[in-house]
Amino acid sequence: MQRLDCLSAIYHELEKCLVVTIMGAVAAELQSLGHRTNFFYLQHAMGLASSTGLGLALCKPNRKIVVLDGDGSLLMNLGMLSTMARYAPKNLVHVVFDNESLLSVGGFPTATRTGTDLEGVARASGIKKAMTVHGVEEFKAAVDAAIRGNELTTIVAKVEAAGPAKYVTDLALLENRFQFSRHVRSLK
Amino acid sequence: MPVSTKNSALIYSALKQSGIRIMSALPETWLVHLIRMADEDPEMILVRLAKEEEGVGISAGAHFAGVKSAMLMQNHGFLAAINGIVSFAHLYKIPLLMLVSYRGTFGERDPWQTQGGNATEPVLRALGIPYLFLDSPDTVEKRIHQAQTLAESSLQPVALLMMRDLMWEE
Repeated sequence: MQRLDCLSAIYHELEKCLVVTIMGAVAAELQSLGHRTNFFYLQHAMGLASSTGLGLALCKPNRKIVVLDGDGSLLMNLGMLSTMARYAPKNLVHVVFDNESLLSVGGFPTATRTGTDLEGVARASGIKKAMTVHGVEEFKAAVDAAIRGNELTTIVAKVEAAGPAKYVTDLALLENRFQFSRHVRSLK
Repeated sequence: MPVSTKNSALIYSALKQSGIRIMSALPETWLVHLIRMADEDPEMILVRLAKEEEGVGISAGAHFAGVKSAMLMQNHGFLAAINGIVSFAHLYKIPLLMLVSYRGTFGERDPWQTQGGNATEPVLRALGIPYLFLDSPDTVEKRIHQAQTLAESSLQPVALLMMRDLMWEE
């Protein structure tokens, strides 16, 4: 399963959500499909996309928040799963693209390559709705259901370790940040 | 426990008056009353963290939503949050109001706190983070208000170091 195909499959659904992505391939690929002001790309601070999503979810309870996380980033902040589980906001959808690799820094294998099961970690952390998906249709169905649903959900999507040719895009970090905050604040 | 209830209440009240509506926290002896007050306040969202760096993301998300936040942590928690402070709050100009209990300085009895006490101010200075002390009940309200104002206007992290003289009753 290619991550880009997954992103294409849910791109339309993301339109009405607030989306926070991690750095690297996820950010570049989502932008390649078309940037929107409701997308925030956290281009550093690995591990904190999920924390940002939780902050947004608690402060914007009437909006659906989608975090597009990765195995490398989540492994840097596993404790966050326990924090998310503790508050379990109903409006937070946590997608983890697991390519078993630190792709953007040379493709070194992460611990998910050697057996760490992020769905299992999420579940054991107290996130009741956690699943692993392997195909694009299965992925789309899971994300669509989570966005329409009313329960904190972690969806681990097993994807291939392939990404775009380059990671730097035309969108400046601060331009994205201020666009996004202006957008969020314009919502009721 | 000789943590000052009165001065904790003073700090909490000043945070409320400054418009703080979400607080992230990791327990530390000096913070027990503040965390309890946040927990018991229906107007406050309290986020109990596993590690302080998570609080940078919580505050960023809150800021994007237009909600004012504060982070309660020990100085060792500040040291544990540095990458998030630099590569999120500084990089993306996110205001952080950090209330840091300043352990390991004069009067400290716990040997394990002392090294962090030595490192705290040099690290704050190296990161260019403006900081002031909360050391007297007379200036608590004013300094919290000033720190929050500066964080919001400059869109950067600001620290208030909570001192033994304020927090601890011998």
